[in-house]
Amino acid sequence: MSEFTVDGELLPFVPGQTLAAALVASGRVAWRVTRLGQRPRGVFCGIGVCFDCLVTIDGQGGQRACLVQARTGMAITTGEGDDD
Amino acid sequence: MTESGDFVVVGAGPAGMAAAATALDGGLRVVLVDSGAALGGQFWRHPPRQARQAIPTADLHHGLREYRALCATLSAHARTGRLTLLLNHHVWSAVREGEGFAVHAVDRSRAPEETPVVLRAPALLVATGAYDRQLPFPGWDLPGVLTIGGLQALLKGGGVAAGRRVVLGGTGPFLLPVAAALAARGAEVAAVCEAAAPSAWLRHPVPLLRNPAKWAEGARYAGTLARHRVPVRTRTAIVGAEGDGRVAVVRVASLDADGTPLPGTERRIEADTVGVGWGFAPQLDLLVPLGCTLADAGDGTMAAAVDDGQRTDVPGLYAAGETCGVGGAALAVNEGAIAAVSVLTDLRASGLPNVRRLAAKRAAVARHRVFARAMAQAHPLPPAWSAWLTDDTLVCRCEEVTAGAVRAAHADGPASDHRQVKQLTRAGMGWCQGRMCGPAVHCLVARDQPYASAERLIATPITLGGLAGLDESTTDHT
Ligand SMILES: Cc1cc2nc3c(=O)[nH]c(=O)nc-3n(C[C@H](O)[C@@H](O)[C@H](O)COP(=O)(O)OP(=O)(O)OC[C@H]3O[C@@H](n4cnc5c(N)ncnc54)[C@H](O)[C@@H]3O)c2cc1C
Ligand code: FES
Repeated sequence: MSEFTVDGELLPFVPGQTLAAALVASGRVAWRVTRLGQRPRGVFCGIGVCFDCLVTIDGQGGQRACLVQARTGMAITTGEGDDD
Repeated sequence: MTESGDFVVVGAGPAGMAAAATALDGGLRVVLVDSGAALGGQFWRHPPRQARQAIPTADLHHGLREYRALCATLSAHARTGRLTLLLNHHVWSAVREGEGFAVHAVDRSRAPEETPVVLRAPALLVATGAYDRQLPFPGWDLPGVLTIGGLQALLKGGGVAAGRRVVLGGTGPFLLPVAAALAARGAEVAAVCEAAAPSAWLRHPVPLLRNPAKWAEGARYAGTLARHRVPVRTRTAIVGAEGDGRVAVVRVASLDADGTPLPGTERRIEADTVGVGWGFAPQLDLLVPLGCTLADAGDGTMAAAVDDGQRTDVPGLYAAGETCGVGGAALAVNEGAIAAVSVLTDLRASGLPNVRRLAAKRAAVARHRVFARAMAQAHPLPPAWSAWLTDDTLVCRCEEVTAGAVRAAHADGPASDHRQVKQLTRAGMGWCQGRMCGPAVHCLVARDQPYASAERLIATPITLGGLAGLDESTTDHT
């Protein structure tokens, strides 16, 4: 089984999917909030231009979930601070 | 790491693939680089090769025979060592270096790790395509609202339908394949809202008659949508989305001729997902800093100005596909091949394709461009679209700047284009560098001129670590 973790929770994915595809397939539409208005954000453009889908991967913030291929064992954290 | 060749091609979509294949067949050593995980760009977006069985998406594609032929040509040249294919590599800057170019990329195949890579060649093709053009409306930043291209990318690249009950809106023929693909993956498409009137096409009969393939394609989509009972409403737009943390209701309204919602026509449709697209904006990040001249693309955007050989006015720099104006994959393939022929000619390479084939490609380009112009005229941005905005509608998603703030900067201040609005309001200052709000801000303050993105874009943000890994000789140029 291929899985990564999102805020500590295991999430399955099909190898070859991006993190965004796996998150959306699991029914998630938002996984961070904006700095000023605390508005929820998830995937919008799907091709790496809008930066709505930011996540932290293995401690490294500012990563676009729609571009990165999911890999087993990746630790994704979400929430505030992803766009700092 | 440094890679050198005769020809660097940025973008492995229809244009870049065709250019690389033609140049390789002509004897050049080519470096083909793309930020995606597979060849194909937006039109032929695929899961990575090893995932194709687990994520079958071939049924969502068109023109796969051509895609497979291009892939086979590229693979054959990769085996001989003349093609260097770099997937998962993001180019963030291209600079002139001597007689040629140094192209700076980061290898993100093991993200979040970033490894800097420099590509050098005397000739550079920028075939970076386009992205969905957006117009804001109240609620467009609610989760569950996506670009139609984003919906398509999730479908074609990941086999994922983003919602169960979907409403699509905007303008242009691209709404139809997305609706058909969603329906094919089991989503219920509750409505497709096309802002234009179909009669607009009657003013352009010639390009339609000369492009029977486009007719046939349109008819196929119409058939699929009818089979899935998808209602297509013309002269209709999505004017609002509502929900608590996720879209739950979409408001749609009929439009009068200039795009003003007609009173009393508003309807509420329950939906968990919304897809919106108002055509595309060319991706010019690499071209503008190189000093390439832009031209009015005829659809409200600016695109790279090229001669009939796809040469820009910067020596050694070529552009093909939707960086030269939006016109679909068939146009992109032909432009890519023509660009490569120019490179072969300009570098005095031996293997030029025969004259008849080249003439056929030029004729195809001319025909597709005429069609693209007609399409742009038949699917304009509704002049009165800003009537849908309330003062507190976010225009800039990144910096959370409202329509009210943009209007005030224009009415009370000196702002007469999106760059000045950016300085006054921060609209366009955030992560996306105005790629999402730029066209809309531009329309709000300077509707009469075509839109071009801001001058100093970095094509992708990179980490300080990635920068530090560059050798001295290359950092001089950045
Ligand atoms: C999200 C989206 C989905 C689309 N889906 C369809 C569709 O299903 N059907 C249809 O008819 N049309 C579709 N289009 C329209 C489409 O743009 C095409 O007509 C066609 O793909 C254009 O070909 P191209 O080669 O010019 O560019 P593209 O196909 O866009 O190829 C450009 C390539 O450049 C790469 N790239 C861009 N910037 C960089 C960089 N800085 N570094 C490295 N690589 C980079 C991209 O990853 C991409 O692979 C879509 C457009 C978008 C934006
Ligand atoms: S969804 Fe736009 S950058 Fe990822």
